[in-house]
Amino acid sequence: MKTIRWSIPLAIFVVLVAFLWIGLGRDPREVPSPLIDKPAPSFTLPQIHSDKPLSTTELKGKVWLLNVWASWCVSCREEHPLLLQLAQANLVPVYGLDYKDKPDDARAWLSQNGDPYTASIVDQDGRVGIDYGVYGVPETFVIDRSGIVRYKQIGPLSVDALQRKILPLVRELQK
Amino acid sequence: MIPASRFARGIGFAMSAAFCLVASATKMDIPSDVFDGRLKRLESELRCLVCQNQTLADSNASLAEDLRGEVRELASAGKSDDEIRAYLVARYGDFVLYDPPLKRTTWLLWLGPFALLAGGGALWWTILRRRELAARSLPAPNPGAEARGRALLEGIDDRDKQPDPK
Repeated sequence: MKTIRWSIPLAIFVVLVAFLWIGLGRDPREVPSPLIDKPAPSFTLPQIHSDKPLSTTELKGKVWLLNVWASWCVSCREEHPLLLQLAQANLVPVYGLDYKDKPDDARAWLSQNGDPYTASIVDQDGRVGIDYGVYGVPETFVIDRSGIVRYKQIGPLSVDALQRKILPLVRELQK
Repeated sequence: MIPASRFARGIGFAMSAAFCLVASATKMDIPSDVFDGRLKRLESELRCLVCQNQTLADSNASLAEDLRGEVRELASAGKSDDEIRAYLVARYGDFVLYDPPLKRTTWLLWLGPFALLAGGGALWWTILRRRELAARSLPAPNPGAEARGRALLEGIDDRDKQPDPK
């Protein structure tokens, strides 16, 4: 009887602390995407380096990454070396979605910092960004052969995210 | 003289033209106030994803601006409030709604407070009940002791009642 008396409040306290502790470790800015396991929104957008527009139908049948970036985006610089490495390793094609940006600025940025993209498309008014639920640049989507979104990285890519999640997933999807 | 059929056609044309004018006029009239009010109400039910504790209506973020434009466009295309909400939820998830729907992932959010209230009430009730039981199980008062106590109290009373000094 005596033990019950103090063990119940103690148990409640421990549970509360556990919840708060987990809450502290989570990033409130990371909103899970409802697009996961749903078809990637289709688009046809002008390319930065070519006059021909690029459409999602051309990307069917291969696993690809969509990296949302902009020349005005500061944390895009942070992930840029990783993207360059990824491009060099030639593991998976990375398409760059230049979000709410001027094509001239984007071209200058890419020639200055290096261009990791298989192709770059411009979403000047941010419409395609809205379709993809983009709310913070950079964001990276993993899209499978049949055009289904399999993963979304919110914020800059990290070595950890690439090695633990994205690359294993890409390998799995490419099998 | 104009043949009757031609006359009728002319009248018909005039009437449909007049109707179109009226229709377009009313269509122009309705929006401004009512439409803006509806947009305002919708926007204040939706969350800005960038500055998460602001509504779309309050936020100055460029994404919020774009989304306001999107909401306005959908509304002028004749979409209902529910359709507009569904459009945003499909892209940004339930998080865009300030009033999240009740479903499997949110039942704890909705029912948790009531469960806590019920749990607290039950605990309170048990404690009260236990106290009541404990009070009831006290040993029955001893008549002799009660009489002695009363006598003692009266004695004190007597001592208090001192004769008036005259």
